[in-house]
Amino acid sequence: MKAVSATAASLTLNIDGQDLSCRAGETILEVARENGIAIPTLCWLEGLSLWGGCRLCLVEIAGSPKLHAACATVCTEGLHVTTNSPRLTHYRRMIVEMLLSERNHVCSVCVSNGHCELQSLAQKLGVDHVSLPYRFPKLTVDNSHDLFRMDHNRCILCTRCVRVCAEVEGAHTKDVKGRGILAAIIQDLDQPWGDSKTCTNCGKCVNICPTGALTHRGTAVGEMVKKQEFLPYLTLMRGCGK
Amino acid sequence: MKAEEMLNLAEKARQDLDHFQHHIHVCTESGCQSSQSQAVLASLTAEVNRRGWQDRVWVKGVGCMGLCCEGPLVKCDDRLYQRVRPQDAADLVASLEAEPVERLHCDTEQPFFTRQKLVVRENAGKIDPESLLDCLAHGAYQGLLRVLTEMTPAAVIQEITASGLRGRGGAGFPTGLKWSTVAKAGGAAKYVICNGDEGDPGAFMDRSVMEGDPHRVLEGMAIAAYAVGADHGVIYVRAEYPLAVKRLNKAINQARRHELLGLNIFGTHFQFNVELRLGAGAFVCGEETALIASVEGRRGLPRPRPPYPANEGLYGAPTLINNVETFANVPAIIQRGAAWFAGIGTAKSKGTKVFALTGRVRNTGLIEVPMGMSLREIIYDLAGGIPEGKAFKAVQTGGPSGGCIPAEHLDIPVDYESLTRLGSIMGSGGMIVMDETSNMVDVARFFMEFCMTESCGKCVPCRVGTWQLHGILDRISRGQGKSGDLNQLQELCAMVKQTSLCGLGQSAPNPVLSTLRYFEKEYRALLEKAPAAGAAPANSAKTVALEVAP
Amino acid sequence: MSTTPAKPKLATVWLDGCSGCHMSLLDLDERLLILAEKVEVVYSPAVDPKEFPEGVDITLIEGAVSSEEDRHKAQLIRARSRLVVSLGDCAVTANVPGMRNYFEKDELFQRAYVENADAPAAGEARRARLPVLGVPALCPRATPVHEVIPVDLFVPGCPPSAEAIWLVLTELLAGRMPQVAELTRFGA
Repeated sequence: MKAVSATAASLTLNIDGQDLSCRAGETILEVARENGIAIPTLCWLEGLSLWGGCRLCLVEIAGSPKLHAACATVCTEGLHVTTNSPRLTHYRRMIVEMLLSERNHVCSVCVSNGHCELQSLAQKLGVDHVSLPYRFPKLTVDNSHDLFRMDHNRCILCTRCVRVCAEVEGAHTKDVKGRGILAAIIQDLDQPWGDSKTCTNCGKCVNICPTGALTHRGTAVGEMVKKQEFLPYLTLMRGCGK
Repeated sequence: MKAEEMLNLAEKARQDLDHFQHHIHVCTESGCQSSQSQAVLASLTAEVNRRGWQDRVWVKGVGCMGLCCEGPLVKCDDRLYQRVRPQDAADLVASLEAEPVERLHCDTEQPFFTRQKLVVRENAGKIDPESLLDCLAHGAYQGLLRVLTEMTPAAVIQEITASGLRGRGGAGFPTGLKWSTVAKAGGAAKYVICNGDEGDPGAFMDRSVMEGDPHRVLEGMAIAAYAVGADHGVIYVRAEYPLAVKRLNKAINQARRHELLGLNIFGTHFQFNVELRLGAGAFVCGEETALIASVEGRRGLPRPRPPYPANEGLYGAPTLINNVETFANVPAIIQRGAAWFAGIGTAKSKGTKVFALTGRVRNTGLIEVPMGMSLREIIYDLAGGIPEGKAFKAVQTGGPSGGCIPAEHLDIPVDYESLTRLGSIMGSGGMIVMDETSNMVDVARFFMEFCMTESCGKCVPCRVGTWQLHGILDRISRGQGKSGDLNQLQELCAMVKQTSLCGLGQSAPNPVLSTLRYFEKEYRALLEKAPAAGAAPANSAKTVALEVAP
Repeated sequence: MSTTPAKPKLATVWLDGCSGCHMSLLDLDERLLILAEKVEVVYSPAVDPKEFPEGVDITLIEGAVSSEEDRHKAQLIRARSRLVVSLGDCAVTANVPGMRNYFEKDELFQRAYVENADAPAAGEARRARLPVLGVPALCPRATPVHEVIPVDLFVPGCPPSAEAIWLVLTELLAGRMPQVAELTRFGA
């Protein structure tokens, strides 16, 4: 995103039938959000650099046969934008179905069940099943960090964690290895997270993750272990001991 | 180097050439090298030395002579010999002043040679690509000299625009328009990038240009740099082309040493430097924004456009990116004029195009033909038709972004628009010919597998869509398809095409769509073989009217 | 069960699932009585018949398709039902039963029947006790129902709430296609 100067010229455009004005340099997505027009996104996040990978924010622009990513398209004078149409909804559903089929999103046993952007987006878009075959890949869970966990089964490769780590925290601990369907988030030179010398334990990546891929440790059922080491000393602690 | 110095050097090199009575040219490009042409060159040189003919016979390694399937090719004066082995050296050298060696004879009167029109490859097979002097003797850098001493940048762009040259990398964007966009873009620093990341399966046109005439590429880039106001150039070559890398490096060093690159070229104020960057083997780095990211030292991932590289490219500066063959056309246009160039080809596709012929044809190798030649002429006349009496089935053009063209369309002229109309693209120039034994579903599956493994993984439709498409094609070709598969293929293809971030994903469905268009029968035949059962894609229910018994 | 023939016939089936969706169905509580008036429950884990009957109007399937028996049942159900509803995440997505899909069958058997078996008695050699008789063959993968047969309606949820199930049944009985997205979702 670019800084928009206060004195920038203003433009007029039309989104979903509403005549709107905006400042030069603003993207369609920014103008839509400012005006309460909902466009779904997963990879985009205000404050992070543009990624343009999830393709959920594709919109139609009058006079153009192509679809345009609202997050990456800067408004121009007189633009006529449609953010919702049967075609767009169809493609957005397919994108969500593709994400659900790609890795193992088992909502019922996910620590982020009920707090997941992918899950709620599927519900909003009416994705009640996945018509594509599931891939069921065998993926790992990196449990090596003292505070956080990376579960690759739930990762949608939006790279929000990569960007927040590099651009906001300045650590650049995370990046992506491999390509295509085999791409995966890594720490440093593909080391266990717990071995990372660059991770500052800030937790931004965890809190920015839209799914259950990055979580705080101690949130899974198996981790709900009571620390009862003090039990033998209870009587002592109450002052009743001999 | 001053202009006169270069002209003197060129003149002297020409006189040296004339000094020899006989010339022996041995192809030393990758293709012929793989069949021992270096040994042939060595034994020919030894034979000439043995006879003490060093002052009469000049033996040199040259670029590709086209008919790669018959290599190693050796030209002795006007006679072309094929499949030459090192032990043939004595006979060949002896034949210089005697009868030709019949057993190695290669007919240069066949259409493969006579129907070609050489522009980009005019010096291939004539010059030693590793010798600057030899290149100068054949006119290298004279276009640059003319541009720097006689033309304004605007005039150069005008000339390129008037020539009608279009990008040879695949999409066919008008080159003059691209140059003028970069020229108009503001900013102190500008860059020129030569895209040598040729990655289509079966394509080796650019490799041949870089290996056979590297100075031509440098000259084209320098002319472009002058026209758009850039002073720094980058050639991005895939590391899988070690010989091209070696020869480009050598050419860059020679040009620097002779001040054909660097400061004050030909004594003018124009300065231009070129550096070489190697690609690490990712197809997507042929996409311009991914290529730029790779040159900058980042992961080779595409980014949304606009902004286009012409405005915001390498290190955020205006950047001109053209393909190798595009740049290689430029010196010829400058030297012979836009009108000459525009006189070749069709109304909208000017000039010539280099094609790499592979697959089920008699003559495989490189050809350069005027735009507009029909596919039939290329395949049956130049390439010599299908061997072993088999019938032609389809020709694949444009690599993984292109499509398969069936027999009924063989008479269309090869130009950008006609191929696009048929659901394929011109692409960079790969032509893979298939005969009746090829299975078109397999072809589609092969290309989808290629796109799947080459997808960078940044955007969802390409990353997951190509995997899903490959899964369907794979099960159909294994005879395990399901009844709704064709519909699902169509639906996925449309979605991946329309929603992917860059050209790789947007064009990945093309081989599927074009084979579905022309060879749906083959898909259906495989589906009929599949065991019954398997579910139709679910959820027809949303449109099914419900009637439950009261 | 004697009912007038005019009542729509309802069946519920339990494939590879935990029966939680059926528990949720039972959570309809007193509404079960209303349901009993409106439909004839011809097949269900909760009723007697052992054979899936012909001419069923609505069949709710809980669970993923994991074994050859499940696959066979699913096909029979499809042939004999007018409307097939995938009820719950196991039927819709393969859910927890699908979590075995990351492993090869042999790995699974090794884990389930050998590694996790009781320790052998003293002196007895550890034996692999893989079941071979009377157990339906396991499919290589547990799959959603719609990968095996066409499905007319999907009701995700783990389990879908009684409210969602009630909406599904009452709407279908009224001849309308229910919109369940408001009431349930994956993992709900």
